[in-house]
Amino acid sequence: MTSEHVEPALRVEALASLLIERGLLDEATIETFVKTYEQSVGPMNGAKVVAKAWTDPDYRARLLADGTAAIGELGFKGPQGEHIVVLENTPAVHHVVVCTLCSCYPWPVLGLPPSWYKDPAYRSRVVREPRRVLREFGLDLDDSVEVQVHDSSSEVRYMVLPERPAGTEDYSEAELADLVTRDAMVGVAQVAVP
Amino acid sequence: MDGIHDVGGMQGFGHVPPLSDAPPFAEPWEGTAFVIGALAARIAGTNLHAFRHAIERVPPPEYLSGYWNRWTIGAQIMMEDSGIVTDEEVRARAARLSGRDVPEPPPPSPDKPQMASGGAGNLRSLDRPPAFAVGDRVRAADVHPTGHTKLPRYVRRRAGTVTALRPGQVFPDTAAHFAGENPQHCYTVEFDSRELWGPDAESFRLSIDLFEPYLEPG
Repeated sequence: MTSEHVEPALRVEALASLLIERGLLDEATIETFVKTYEQSVGPMNGAKVVAKAWTDPDYRARLLADGTAAIGELGFKGPQGEHIVVLENTPAVHHVVVCTLCSCYPWPVLGLPPSWYKDPAYRSRVVREPRRVLREFGLDLDDSVEVQVHDSSSEVRYMVLPERPAGTEDYSEAELADLVTRDAMVGVAQVAVP
Repeated sequence: MDGIHDVGGMQGFGHVPPLSDAPPFAEPWEGTAFVIGALAARIAGTNLHAFRHAIERVPPPEYLSGYWNRWTIGAQIMMEDSGIVTDEEVRARAARLSGRDVPEPPPPSPDKPQMASGGAGNLRSLDRPPAFAVGDRVRAADVHPTGHTKLPRYVRRRAGTVTALRPGQVFPDTAAHFAGENPQHCYTVEFDSRELWGPDAESFRLSIDLFEPYLEPG
């Protein structure tokens, strides 16, 4: 590495063209990967897991006991999902997940991480002043709620099981899944009823 | 290494960005960048830990110039190490793509690291029993390795409690340098916020997964 800055998009184009020329990469592979993470692997997967846990007590118990296996029951597995632990938010305890050293994230259930999750501001601050960070995101927790921050520093990946919002007793599993957001499954928001 | 990547507890980065439902790639080049990084270990004959370490070695100004930029430069550094491309080649190709007629340097000779793999993924069964049990008090080591480590600065020298034994795993500190999988027990250790940040800290608990060599009895 020399120090003169190359525009990121240009560097990617240059590196890709060299790799393609050498037979180490091809356009079809790029397209398949991009399509997978744009369309098939994303927070809609985790939302199905959450909605099932809210409506099926046996599934919820399995999910909390062995997240990887219970998530696998719904067909969600793959890279960055070797061992997934599910953390249950309750009125008394609020979990929030970070990766301070890089950007580790449970891809099979949440897809690729959003920008804010990878930003040094989030990574540096949420392990030091999580309540203040959550307030900046719009989540003002009562002082009585215990905050637990989880730094994903090994191959274990964490997903939050948010609280089911009041007033959703009549919702179907599919309707509940539509309410669940990526932010709630990382622990920076709660699930709200529109 | 005590690098720019180890940001836990650092100050000065300002407000967190707004939450957003934006798709994973804002522009097509970001998708290509993702795929280059996702395949970089396979192309370079290395592993995930080496890729993370390569990103840690991205010069700080570049590291802070956007996620997909550091991801791409990390992939390039790892490919340079394995003799897949050189920085000069990438710069020359970038110049030519910009319409400048510069000569292209010759490609390097591949020199991929050789490290035996104990199997797919990073989870491993260990024959030896774990040194610590749930409920044990432990202290994170006072170490400053120059290579890859998953022991961030902000927990070093701090005392906490083991709350879970996680699956045994390939040890990133050796695997990133192709010095063997060296599987280790892994524990979730919980720290009180005041142990980490002093008596005026916000009240919360911090859990982090730490490998056995990082820990000593508390």
